[in-house]
Amino acid sequence: MRTKLLRFGPDALGKAGVVGSGRLYAAVAVGGFRRYATYRTATLAGVFTNTVFGVILASTYTALWDERPHLGGYDQSDALTYVWLGQALLTTMCVMGTGFEDELIERIRTGDIAIDLYRPADLQMWWLAQDLGRALFQFVGRGLIPFAVGAWLFDLTLPASPLTWLAFLVAVALGALVSYSFRFLVALAAFWLMDGAGIVQMTWLAGVFCSGMVLPLNVFPGVLGEVVRALPWAALIQAPADVLLGAADPVGTFAFQAGWAVALLAAGRFLQAAATRRVVVQGG
Amino acid sequence: MDGPFNESFNESFADSFNGSSHDSSHDSFIELDGVEKVFDVRKRTGFMRSERREVRAVDSISFRVARGEMVGYIGPNGAGKSTTIKMLTGILTPSGGRLRVAGIDPSRERTRLARRIGVVFGQRTTLWWDLPLIDSYRLMHRMYRIPDARYRENLDRCVELLELADLLDVPVRQLSLGQRMRGDIAAALLHDPEVLYLDEPTIGLDVISKARVREFLRDLNTERGTTVLLTTHDLQDIEQLCSRVMVIDHGRLMYDGPLTGLHEVGDSERTLVVDLERELPPIEVPSARVVRVEGPRQWLAFPASESAAPLVARIAAEYPLVDLSVRDPDIEAVIAKMYADQAEKAGRAAS
Amino acid sequence: MGVSGAVGTGVRTGSRAHDDRDGWGAWDDGPLGRWERVLDGVRAYRMIAGMWIRSTMAYRVSFVMTTIGNLTATGLDFLAIVLMFSRIDRLGGYSLPEIAFLYGLSAISFGTADLVVGSMDRLGRRVRDGTLDTLLVRPAPVLAQVAADRFALRRLGRITQGLAVLGYALLTLDDVHWTILKVLLVPVTVISGGAIFCAVFVGGAAFQFVARDASEVQNAFTYGGATLLQYPPGLFARDLVRGVTFVLPLAFVNWLPALYVLGRPYPLDLPEWVAFLPPLVAAGCCALAGLAWRAGLRSYRSTGS
Repeated sequence: MRTKLLRFGPDALGKAGVVGSGRLYAAVAVGGFRRYATYRTATLAGVFTNTVFGVILASTYTALWDERPHLGGYDQSDALTYVWLGQALLTTMCVMGTGFEDELIERIRTGDIAIDLYRPADLQMWWLAQDLGRALFQFVGRGLIPFAVGAWLFDLTLPASPLTWLAFLVAVALGALVSYSFRFLVALAAFWLMDGAGIVQMTWLAGVFCSGMVLPLNVFPGVLGEVVRALPWAALIQAPADVLLGAADPVGTFAFQAGWAVALLAAGRFLQAAATRRVVVQGG
Repeated sequence: MDGPFNESFNESFADSFNGSSHDSSHDSFIELDGVEKVFDVRKRTGFMRSERREVRAVDSISFRVARGEMVGYIGPNGAGKSTTIKMLTGILTPSGGRLRVAGIDPSRERTRLARRIGVVFGQRTTLWWDLPLIDSYRLMHRMYRIPDARYRENLDRCVELLELADLLDVPVRQLSLGQRMRGDIAAALLHDPEVLYLDEPTIGLDVISKARVREFLRDLNTERGTTVLLTTHDLQDIEQLCSRVMVIDHGRLMYDGPLTGLHEVGDSERTLVVDLERELPPIEVPSARVVRVEGPRQWLAFPASESAAPLVARIAAEYPLVDLSVRDPDIEAVIAKMYADQAEKAGRAAS
Repeated sequence: MGVSGAVGTGVRTGSRAHDDRDGWGAWDDGPLGRWERVLDGVRAYRMIAGMWIRSTMAYRVSFVMTTIGNLTATGLDFLAIVLMFSRIDRLGGYSLPEIAFLYGLSAISFGTADLVVGSMDRLGRRVRDGTLDTLLVRPAPVLAQVAADRFALRRLGRITQGLAVLGYALLTLDDVHWTILKVLLVPVTVISGGAIFCAVFVGGAAFQFVARDASEVQNAFTYGGATLLQYPPGLFARDLVRGVTFVLPLAFVNWLPALYVLGRPYPLDLPEWVAFLPPLVAAGCCALAGLAWRAGLRSYRSTGS
């Protein structure tokens, strides 16, 4: 049962060839959602861990904002909201990795990727649909409960306007898109690198630090702050948080996120084409 | 099979005095008396509800295996084969009954027993993936505390008979499935186990590798007297290796005896595939019947207990024969036949 | 009876009968047997860890990269605290060197446990894919075999970084009146703390026998605990501090002895001598973790996969 679900990869394509591509990708997204929904115990365990980390971080942030109220333009309850949003979005945005990229790298390493590239469905779109399904599950399954616990234990800034919440959801969706496009690039790098583990670890490092998981990006000092706030990782957690907290203009934020998404997706296209040529030249 | 039960009193009496080593008069090496294994299985029935159900994976099994026997242990998937092996090796604790291997209660003295048994899990290699084969053997040497001279002797022997000489310095990940299986078997034998458990030792191997593995096991059994218990899906493994076969299904021992007996019990048939020069009407011979015709090729079923030789001779004499082959019934077919016959008998008895 | 067993194995093994009695006698339960078992576990651990080191060296470039990665990852962790202090002078009343002292002790203890038994969080996976069974048919304690699984020298990165931060703290702490007792307390704390974290890892693995997919729960106590201990106890809710003092005694890893060294008040009005309890607490934790492990393994062997 479990292995069957795990194999829900490009192999399932053969059967779906006749279905319209929109419906196909919808089905793939549902598959991605379900695949993660199977692991109930793991989800509960993750919720617990996110909650514990939330409590620890929230306590240190409380002390930090006690020292310096309005640090980075946040007041204390803004900062605490930021902590709990970070825990809620951590797995949705795959900040610590372990999304589809491990599987894709494995397929590249074993050469199975050649089969995927000759299939009628587009590689980038296929994994995008799958990953968005996963993101949706983790947003609901792993995000809501820690955030609710945080709101119960601490004094959080929760906007009253439904429009703000709606804008927040849009920012989360765009963040998930940026997260995917970047990880797709990383995975494709395995075509040219002998060992995918190294680059995955490097991007994991960069992701944890530059996404604002350890410290909100607006607290970073000087030029370092300017730089990290312009990088794509700022679109993952900082951007949705700023939209929810009313700290940034939603339209500008969307433009920033969408800009990175388009750029990274285009780069992914380019790399995918290069990879396809390489596979064709080498004969798979 | 009749003797040991009468002696169970004496045996348990002896055990209570000396659990560490004991022998029955028939030199039974493996002894099971009414061994059971019951699992609690939780089945999800709704979103948060689940149902608990008892599953008897092994249901009151009794048998004896003498030292030096080579026994096939077969049955469909989920029949209880691997559960039995896990109890014999001490991995699982039986829920009931009495079990002894070399006089030792496996579940209570697992590590002590480990030095005296060898286990090969067909699809799970215990060799070190990224290291040369020889490194895995060196680890066995130290972990089992095998005396140097004996280790060298056993290694040389395995290397020679399993043709591993060229593979010793090759990382395990570069070995083929057949090479790896040979490597695994050698690893399980370096410490001179008195019994070797093999779980699907020929699964996925090519014909030559299968033959090599079988030949090695036969030698091991005859020359060193190692007791061998193997589970398999390949009826040829059993035919070529085992004088005795046990069939388990739904946790119960359905049959225990020689393979020929199993054929009789199951009354199974082998198939002779005949390629003729041209299309002909179905072949007519007394000891076989045609079950399928496809152009010049014909399939004839004949009783598995009979030799194919007279049949082949007769067809060759009377028909323009180009090629032929004999196909064995697989284990599933034998067992299915066995059930069908039993059901028929039961039906007859009822009426 | 002993002779008949040896005779039964045939001429070939007859000569082994003598070693057998000696070798196996050691496995009989009893105080001596238990001690032998511990030694045997350590021996098996060394052998398996050695094999893993050799395996990693088959991919040298990868090893170098992941080691650097590990060092950088833990380095960034402390960098975040340094960044905080670029905006503030004190956090919860503690200076940067004082926090570095807490951080260094926590990182070294946790890093040691992570190096020694860190792979135990993979136990659930081993149970799921059935590879645990291959360890159960070996003549070595399963705990040692599981603990040595995937032994990785790259985990020295965290210990190295912890030592560097502790070194920085010791050089920059200026208000501490060092006594011999305080100097001795530092290494004792590190070792006991490592043992307490080891116990947490083993306990977490034991829990995975029951809940196979729950490996992430243990991250809350290992990684979460290590993060918690980097900051002064005053930052956290009283109930949380109570919990990590009396229920899961992480407070003894570094908080209490470090507060004694720094001359800071204890949380929860604890008496001063609790700073010297870590070795005792560590022994207790290890004993409990051992019992939990045995119970977990027993439950696995009766329920199977």
